[in-house]
Amino acid sequence: MEGEGNTTYWQENLRLIFICLAIWFVVSFGLGLLLVEPLNAIRLGGYKLGFWFAQQGSIYSFLGLIFWYGAKMNKLDKKYHSED
Amino acid sequence: MEELKLYTYIAVFGTFAVYFGIAWWARAGSTSDFYVAGGGITPLQNGMAIGADWMSAASFISMAGLIAFLGYGGSVFLMGWTGGYVLLAMLLAPYMRKHGKFTVPEFISDRYYSKTARIVAVVCLIIASVTYVIGQMKGVGVAFSRFLEVDYDLGLIIGMVVVWVYAVLGGMKGITYTQIAQYVVMIFAYTIPAVFISLQLTGNPIPQLGLGSTLADGSGIYLLDKLDMVVTDLGFKEYTTSNMGGTLNMFAYTMSLMIGTAGLPHVIMRFFTVPSVQAARQSAGYALVFIALLYTVAPAVGAMARFNLMNTIEPAAGQNLEYAERPQWFKDWEKTGLLQFEDKNGDGKVQYTADKTTNEMVKVDRDIMVLANPAIANLPNWVIALVAAGGLAAALSTAAGLLLAISSSVSHDLMKGVFVPDMSEKSELLAGRVTMTIAILFAGYLGMNPPGFAAGTVALAFGLAASSIFPALMMGIFSKKMSGKAAVAGMIAGIGVTMLYVFQHKGVMFIPGTSFLGDMGPNWFFGISPNAFGSVGALVNFAVAFAMLKVTGPAPSHIQDLVDNMRIPIGANAAHDH
Repeated sequence: MEGEGNTTYWQENLRLIFICLAIWFVVSFGLGLLLVEPLNAIRLGGYKLGFWFAQQGSIYSFLGLIFWYGAKMNKLDKKYHSED
Repeated sequence: MEELKLYTYIAVFGTFAVYFGIAWWARAGSTSDFYVAGGGITPLQNGMAIGADWMSAASFISMAGLIAFLGYGGSVFLMGWTGGYVLLAMLLAPYMRKHGKFTVPEFISDRYYSKTARIVAVVCLIIASVTYVIGQMKGVGVAFSRFLEVDYDLGLIIGMVVVWVYAVLGGMKGITYTQIAQYVVMIFAYTIPAVFISLQLTGNPIPQLGLGSTLADGSGIYLLDKLDMVVTDLGFKEYTTSNMGGTLNMFAYTMSLMIGTAGLPHVIMRFFTVPSVQAARQSAGYALVFIALLYTVAPAVGAMARFNLMNTIEPAAGQNLEYAERPQWFKDWEKTGLLQFEDKNGDGKVQYTADKTTNEMVKVDRDIMVLANPAIANLPNWVIALVAAGGLAAALSTAAGLLLAISSSVSHDLMKGVFVPDMSEKSELLAGRVTMTIAILFAGYLGMNPPGFAAGTVALAFGLAASSIFPALMMGIFSKKMSGKAAVAGMIAGIGVTMLYVFQHKGVMFIPGTSFLGDMGPNWFFGISPNAFGSVGALVNFAVAFAMLKVTGPAPSHIQDLVDNMRIPIGANAAHDH
């Protein structure tokens, strides 16, 4: 777990962050804002889909992302014996 | 009516007695208790406390009201104030917890190895936090004026006194436990009326589902479709598609709130109170769970409040409400001056339209909607009383948390950290309390003439934090080479650009009459409103810092080692002093 282990740990962490932030961007800025008009043509019950992502869906996605990232990182911490 | 008053007094005084009791029981004995609660709070408790701290008067009282009138445009608040937690959990909280200091400026002064960096960070932090407290004061004023049935200004003064007693007494330890109680009060106060109203309107008790359901009147029409029809008939913009100042403005606004969330010191400080790096990540998740409980209900509250308001004033096309027969809530809010009617055509009826010349609801302050909502829907009196208690809890808990952040930055970071290093713990606590008092007076004075609705004012505070603190912290962790001078230049450029833009439209430090361009759309840069400008400021901050890095050269190697050490969670100790 010396120098080299820490570098790989950090790179794996960066990769995870990148994936999470890409999803973070897509569900909020993508589906809730930039693509809202075409998505609004699709309905989810009484919700227009773009409107739903902006006011509901993005928040649920954020929650999923944080817990997924936390779980992945706990595994990574164990793998590199870095857990205190 | 007397029954309502009685219930309201019971709810408000009952909950207040609990908060003060807890604050007294857990009162701070040392500076460590005062700032980080001695570091012994579990992630679940911490998440709840962050939730209460976070969900301020802006979230509880103001946000759903803004959504009610903005429709889809109000989404910026929903996404902006939740998405920031993703950034916190991944980009800042774990590493800052690993580093283990009390305050954000302390972190910045270690990472950027300079007292200048610390002073610049403190100044940025104070500007953002004070702006935030002004927004809270608007909420406090609305809540107290309604609750005590007095004028808004008097309500605000009473609120200032209560906030002062409460924040000065407690410190972080008291505040953390009190905030857990406040969270519970707040979430019940917010969701119970929403459940009732959702049941009434759609037959579905879950507001998140009710908003997407059909109306219970047997018409088979979806609630949102009906709302779109009602508002467009009166000339307002369609609820589910009404944009706020264009897509670019909404994009910038949302981004500004998100990165502002991750840059606000009173939230970041919370992550110093948990025992480990893993707990810091978990705390962010729990915090968002507790926040999402309210934030996913808010769109339903907003839409249903608008629906009920429209229906009360004009139950069917052309059958307008007689002013003489207006309901009690209407009269109550008229007393506060936040709701005003003017019978322009003299027919004794209420006309509410988008056309300024015929509209007779001359003032409908957005910030009254959540508090008025249960009464508009004819809910039982105890529900209305509960909402009053919840609104006060929201305003109090955040005001207290912010005042703590302000006082710690002045007493701990500026006085002890820079000017009077050998200050005793006792005089540090005293300096903290004096700072709180000054901040309350200043924010209260500006709360008399707030620069906007509570949520809008708070949005400005986020812009200021977004443009200064967030980039400095993020570069400090993710760019090993970032040098102190470059980061300082970035912070000054970022907040400078943002402040210049905000003040030229909203007045210098929001003092009325000092704005030199006027708060109007045509003068906005690419149509980006001052509330949304923090994201542009953040870009400027990053750009200036990286450009300056070329000039100053990289940070010294011991600082690069410090950053390496921050990045691995092993060996995190409790937050410590110096």
